Amino acid sequence: MAKPENELTWKDLEIGNIVTAPGSARVYESGTWRSQRPTYDFKKCIKCGLCALNCPEGCISPNKDGYFEADLYYCKGCGVCPRECPTRVIKMVEEVE
Amino acid sequence: MATRIGIEVSIALADAVKLCNPDVIAAYPITPQTHIVEHLAELVAEGELDAEYIPVESEHSAMSACLGSAAAGARTFTATSSQGLALMNEVVYVAAPMRLPIVMAVANRALSAPLSIWADHSDLMSVRDTGWIQIITENGQQAVDNTIIAFRIAEDRRVLLPVMVHLDGFNLTHVVEPVIMPEQEPVTKFLPKNRFPLPLNPDRPVAMGDFAPPFIFTETKWAQEVNIRDSRKVIIEVWDEFSKAFGRQYLPVEKYHSDSAKVLIMTMGSSGETASVAIDELRAEGMDVGQVRLRLWRPFPFEELREAVKDADVLIVMDRAISYGGPGGPVASEVKAALYNQARKPKIVSYVISLGGRDTTVSGFKDIVKKGIEIAARGSKNEYEIYGVRE
Amino acid sequence: MEKYAIYVPRLVNKEEKFAPGHRACIGCGEALAIRQSFKALDTNVIVVNATGCAEIFASQMPLTSWELPWIHTLFENTAAVASGVEAAYKAMRRKGYSLPENTKVVAIGGDGGTSDIGLQALSGALERGHDFTYICFDNEAYMNTGVQRSSSTPFGASTTTSPPGKKSTGQFSWKKNMPEIAAAHNIPYVATATHGYPFDLMAKVAKAVATKGPAYVHVLSACPTGWRSATDTINRQVRLAVQTGVFPLYEVENGIYKMSLDIPTLRPVADYLKTQGRFRHLSDDMIARIQKRVELEYGKLLEKAKHGSEKTAPGKSRAGARKISAG
Repeated sequence: MAKPENELTWKDLEIGNIVTAPGSARVYESGTWRSQRPTYDFKKCIKCGLCALNCPEGCISPNKDGYFEADLYYCKGCGVCPRECPTRVIKMVEEVE
Repeated sequence: MATRIGIEVSIALADAVKLCNPDVIAAYPITPQTHIVEHLAELVAEGELDAEYIPVESEHSAMSACLGSAAAGARTFTATSSQGLALMNEVVYVAAPMRLPIVMAVANRALSAPLSIWADHSDLMSVRDTGWIQIITENGQQAVDNTIIAFRIAEDRRVLLPVMVHLDGFNLTHVVEPVIMPEQEPVTKFLPKNRFPLPLNPDRPVAMGDFAPPFIFTETKWAQEVNIRDSRKVIIEVWDEFSKAFGRQYLPVEKYHSDSAKVLIMTMGSSGETASVAIDELRAEGMDVGQVRLRLWRPFPFEELREAVKDADVLIVMDRAISYGGPGGPVASEVKAALYNQARKPKIVSYVISLGGRDTTVSGFKDIVKKGIEIAARGSKNEYEIYGVRE
Repeated sequence: MEKYAIYVPRLVNKEEKFAPGHRACIGCGEALAIRQSFKALDTNVIVVNATGCAEIFASQMPLTSWELPWIHTLFENTAAVASGVEAAYKAMRRKGYSLPENTKVVAIGGDGGTSDIGLQALSGALERGHDFTYICFDNEAYMNTGVQRSSSTPFGASTTTSPPGKKSTGQFSWKKNMPEIAAAHNIPYVATATHGYPFDLMAKVAKAVATKGPAYVHVLSACPTGWRSATDTINRQVRLAVQTGVFPLYEVENGIYKMSLDIPTLRPVADYLKTQGRFRHLSDDMIARIQKRVELEYGKLLEKAKHGSEKTAPGKSRAGARKISAG
């Protein structure tokens, strides 16, 4: 969205308040919610993709080397991915800020 | 050449719907709307109308199915009455801000309790604030014509709002009236294809029905209000177009001998025709009386109303519903509000009549006019008058 | 590599039909289940959504997480709205309007919006035989409004409107059996699934959507917030629900029951119940009652499945690593 949300006027709204940009929620940084984050030992990663399949956010995808890595912009730190990983690549550590 | 036939108004209305070639009809039966939906089912069954007829399991689902259908871009119709309208109330509220062009015929009937299947406007008043365009009809011809007009208005890209066509239950739905049924070709010409601009379509995904936190809700509601206000111009334009194509003109406020009359009676719905006969008789007796008929209920025709009553001294407003514990006649209270700030305005007398199907006769209306004039002169301790209650 | 029969990147659609950036709770099983369900679909889909968790966390104005056409109106009318969309497409297609090929309607709702307030609309739509799929994402309470009980809340569970106390032991009634209610409408396909068994879930959703006529899929979705459990245990919990017989995985195809998993011995329900804070107050007596009831219901289900066609052989499980799409 070009304008910040709280500056939208009634004229900016689409008819019926219809949202015409699919997937526009991608702008929202849900990663600010987390209190722990995944860390990786990619030597063990077999690229099975199970972590990606089981991420409630859908933010895990292959990085430039093909290893599956969470996008920390979205990652809420639920901790499901290390539970699903068959080769123990992932370890959750406390988010320190 | 379109011929004038004697036809039950419900059947005529269903035939008018057929002429409009809807895609989806979702209907639940309720007296006195049943003949409309039954005839539509017959037309579909015989292959005379190519539409999906969804016999839903409640009125709430009827309007909900209409939401889905209109959102998918289909021409959609339903009909209901009283309890059905009350049951679908929350869905009716949703249709307008979502800008879904649904057409609904409402056979006006009293709301329970006690149960009544007979005509009055309590159901009409229960949907005042829903944001739908609402047209009131007084006879079979008007019901037929305005059903066709309703689709044209609803689907107009400048409007994109749902439209209700009101007709009195039994008094209209179940009577045989002389109607000129328009022919298919001029109707097809009058009604362009429905082109909802942002339908549910996988080729162009949209999300309809997001929720609105406080930071944006006010803007969505103002947009809705501006839209319905602006639709008045389109409604009048469509009525003019209809008149050119079919020879019958409709106006937001219609006048009957009211141009110079000092005493006016205001009606809404089929009782207006009986009142007109009373006006004729009173005028023959030498009284300076006229009638104003409300055709467009929402958006409320402020300009036209003020213009129509500007020279009157007394305006007696008929209501067929009561706002309990409140100002009584809803139409009267809206008229009072519309005229409050005018420099010159008539004295307004509010009369509640004909609840739950009780007829007010020609002599009844004459009586009301005479009483109304009296009350306007001496004042009354009552907020409103009720006609014909046995005390 | 041969050790692993599952190779997600080859078997599952890479596209996210449900984008990240949604506002579901941390570790939301429903968000996971929705993501997985829609990855299973190759065909054109229109989504009709009830009011509830999924609707709220995906659609705050002016954004949306959905990459698919989506409509939300009210709480209890999902199946009715879906009926309208389905009928509209049918009519418009018949009249020659240009519409995308093979467009299917998928209605989704929570347990409250399905087994309580939405039951009438669902029953009507199933009875009329509309060609659509209804997926119930069951997190076993009205979670979005703060964990109030629904008719899908399991017996004994603590919710804010069935709290345990001096005069109460939590939810007083047994979970309403929605898959059976759907099956009683004689629809061509009914299935139960959960995000803990994603390939089974995806195969069932794909099958449901491909079915001509109404299909119903009931998806158990863990809710760490409402179930009072750790966010990283969502899959473990639903798998325990399956393995203890609390939530059996099965399909009903044209009236024929088929178990999805062959479990020779059910684990004791206590294994499942103790993973969640909402069952923490249960006495041994209550747990024993639950155990008895689970065994009874599971037994009935096995009976029905006995008269069905194939039974999966021991050791082999679920719908298997079938190719879902070319990705």
